[in-house]
Amino acid sequence: MPDSKLVQRLDRISSKPLVRNSVYLGSVVFFFGVILVPPILGIFLKWNAMDEVFQDPALMTRASSAIYASFGIAFLVAFLGLIAGLPFAWFIARGKSRWLSIIDTLADIPFIIPTVTLGYSLLLFWNRPGGVSQLFDGSTPLVPEGWLLIALLHFAFSYPAVVRVIVGAILDYKVVYEEASRTLGAPPLTASRTVTLPILKSSLIAAFTLAFSRSLSETGATVMVAGLFETGVVFINNTRVLRQEGPMVFVSLVLILAASLVYLAIRLLGPRFKIPVTRVWPYAERKLSDFKVTVFRDSLTNLIFIVIVLIPSLFIVLPVVGALTGGTLNQAVAGTGVWQGYWQSLLLSYVVATVVTLLNVVLSLPVAVLIARKRWGAGASTALDVLSNVPLIVPSIALGASMGIFWRNFAFVPEVALIIFAHLSITYPYFVRTMVGAIERVTMDLEEASRTLGARPFTVFRTIIVPLTKYSLFAGTIMMFARSVDETGATLAVVSQLKTVPVLLVDWVKRPAEVGATPFDIALGAGVLVLFSFVILLVLRYVVRGRH
Amino acid sequence: MHALPDVKVVDVSKKFGTKIVAVDNVSLEVYDKEYFSLLGPSGCGKTTLLRMIAGLIEPSEGEIFIENKPVSKLPPEDRGIGFVFQTYALFPHMDVWDNVTYGPRVKAWEKSKSESVGREMLEMVHLYERKTALPHELSGGMMQRVALSRALAAGGRLLLLDEPLGALDAKIRLELRYEVRRLVKDLELTAIHVTHDQGEAMAISDRIAVMKKGKILQIGTPQELYTNPKHIFVANFIGENNFLEGYVTKTSGGKVQIELRGGLAASGSDTFIKEGERVVLAVRPETFTIEKGQKKRANSLFGVVERVRYEGTNIRYEVRLENEDMVVVVRPSLMGEWFSTGDRVTLSFPSEKSYVFPYPSRGLQEELAVE
Repeated sequence: MPDSKLVQRLDRISSKPLVRNSVYLGSVVFFFGVILVPPILGIFLKWNAMDEVFQDPALMTRASSAIYASFGIAFLVAFLGLIAGLPFAWFIARGKSRWLSIIDTLADIPFIIPTVTLGYSLLLFWNRPGGVSQLFDGSTPLVPEGWLLIALLHFAFSYPAVVRVIVGAILDYKVVYEEASRTLGAPPLTASRTVTLPILKSSLIAAFTLAFSRSLSETGATVMVAGLFETGVVFINNTRVLRQEGPMVFVSLVLILAASLVYLAIRLLGPRFKIPVTRVWPYAERKLSDFKVTVFRDSLTNLIFIVIVLIPSLFIVLPVVGALTGGTLNQAVAGTGVWQGYWQSLLLSYVVATVVTLLNVVLSLPVAVLIARKRWGAGASTALDVLSNVPLIVPSIALGASMGIFWRNFAFVPEVALIIFAHLSITYPYFVRTMVGAIERVTMDLEEASRTLGARPFTVFRTIIVPLTKYSLFAGTIMMFARSVDETGATLAVVSQLKTVPVLLVDWVKRPAEVGATPFDIALGAGVLVLFSFVILLVLRYVVRGRH
Repeated sequence: MHALPDVKVVDVSKKFGTKIVAVDNVSLEVYDKEYFSLLGPSGCGKTTLLRMIAGLIEPSEGEIFIENKPVSKLPPEDRGIGFVFQTYALFPHMDVWDNVTYGPRVKAWEKSKSESVGREMLEMVHLYERKTALPHELSGGMMQRVALSRALAAGGRLLLLDEPLGALDAKIRLELRYEVRRLVKDLELTAIHVTHDQGEAMAISDRIAVMKKGKILQIGTPQELYTNPKHIFVANFIGENNFLEGYVTKTSGGKVQIELRGGLAASGSDTFIKEGERVVLAVRPETFTIEKGQKKRANSLFGVVERVRYEGTNIRYEVRLENEDMVVVVRPSLMGEWFSTGDRVTLSFPSEKSYVFPYPSRGLQEELAVE
């Protein structure tokens, strides 16, 4: 089929350097003007408000404790996630069990469950009557609200991400290195430790960083399970509710700076970090490579996944069934009582996610091309690469708090636009990161071959780059959409009237009596969110498959 | 008399799924201190067979013996082997020294012994002075030599080489193949070398197994395979051959009279062919003598020179016979008369240097195909 006139015209004008550079420039201006600068500048506009913290030692102690708790829990969760996730990823990537595909699918479940739903499910499982406490002394919660419950929650949602990253790395890894090691006399454990792990080091660091930043940033579910305990994000939320601008700005600033520093340190020191390879314990490692030990390790790692991650994540199914069989479903469908606002919130969440996804796909793709293809040179590419990661590594509520301060200076900006701006910032790196990786994997030869055959730049883009990166394009879009629907921290920080579903659910959990929400209402509300997310993912997948 | 077999492969097969048979009921013996090659086109199963000997793949059927011990259940680290990979597989995070001493280290040899072996092996491949270099800082030839010294330093007596020279430039490949053989012979090792390059296999091997589609077609010394191929594929794959189709008109005393297409007559040697059988006569290009004009004598064929190519050492003529078959004739460039395109010539060959094969049931092209 011949190309439409519009496409032909776009093809033609793409040959003009002025047009190409204008597209790149426009996308970079959008990046700085909407994504990066407002979330950072807002804090500096309220610089003086922080005096309140410096003058109140008790407040300073409370803020410092909250910040330490955030980093402590993030470090613990990332470390344990790596320790427990590595053998599980190994089991999935290399195992020969016939149940493997089922386990592989189950490992992704916490991915598709929005974190607020996950948070409520874990709260019910570990803390509330009717949960696991009943197996012990039913009168007191097995895990009280506080740091341990937060750590369990963060472990549950970061563990699948860690596993997914490592499984991908193991599958991409050239097994020939490990084979060479074995033929040189190394037992399996020695081969993995001295050859495979050092080669996979960058992926292990990436998995650690991902778990660390996700733990540091997660807000909605953390607020649900924190009780009186305060992490950085809980502190920001508490001070936001009480309209204490000074402490909120202080903790936001420290979290943004400290997270950036930690990220920078990992990026700079990571490549220098060496996994020790010269010491070898042949007899011990041979014993540990034994079949029985391997079976024990695999069983233990599966047990950790099932008990700590899977069952608590799916525990919400029980009250959802209760809600479906009781009268809650009728109330929900009729939209009465507490359900009055729910459907509006759901609609708001999906409209915002759709708008945000569309805008980011169009406006961030040129930046991804700039980074991957170094169109403006290696320096500009590295700078954009590092800066585009900022929203990923900094706690979203801190960014949201700062962004809220910035945009409220412009009275004409409606609240829904604030939510969209916040979500654009938070979801931007998910798409850019995915697309940079995908475009880098398309070798320049293909682009050059296309150009020598007469294709213009836009023709190259739509006939070579897009088809060869379509799965990443799809995956990036899905991730961005799901992240937007799930986003709570930045949304909490910018809204005053409107409520997206995660914000509404946090409200239901924190103030059940005031809003009149029963556990069945909350479970069904969280369950519907999962269901809608799942249906939308299936529809998107079907659409993409149908097109190609 | 041969030494005891160092490696014995007995009825070994490897199946992937239900449809793919990579190695099909193969048996062979590799003798102590022998340089043995597995030769065949891509996908013939030679690498799979080598990887089974190394323990990197488990056979579906059959047994492998190393030094008379069954090893099918033994992991690679316990087989006492050295393995050189086509892609070198040098550990990218270790320098040359750590790569070469990796084997002694993981086998817990004493430090002094590890170091002396590492030094000896690196000196043997003339790379001791590059011991602190990382793999990506070396050229392809250097990387291959490090990979070889690493495999040797692990102390195994059986060296397995999987297309070890395949990724190198032509000139370096020629140099290194003799170096590899020299090292194996100096260290009195047994080597099994996988290659698809018949020139390489001929140059370095004591014996060669020619494989096709998972089966071994013939095992023999390079000379045996060249001068006495038992299979039409071997006759084609080792060296070069002209194949002329015809029918047997008479057999007597190991000699076969053949009527070629177009009524041309020729004779060849074979003791198993019967009269009336459809056959293929194979004559190597260098076996032909070529002279101007049409001279009637035994085993002579008339034709016209269609193409002449000067190849340095040799001149290559493509001659169209009277029956329209095309044959290739190769003559030393510095000896005898030269011919030009359009010359009418007579080609002759001694019947004892030609081979007669039954016409393949699946067709000639299919039988000769390398893919």
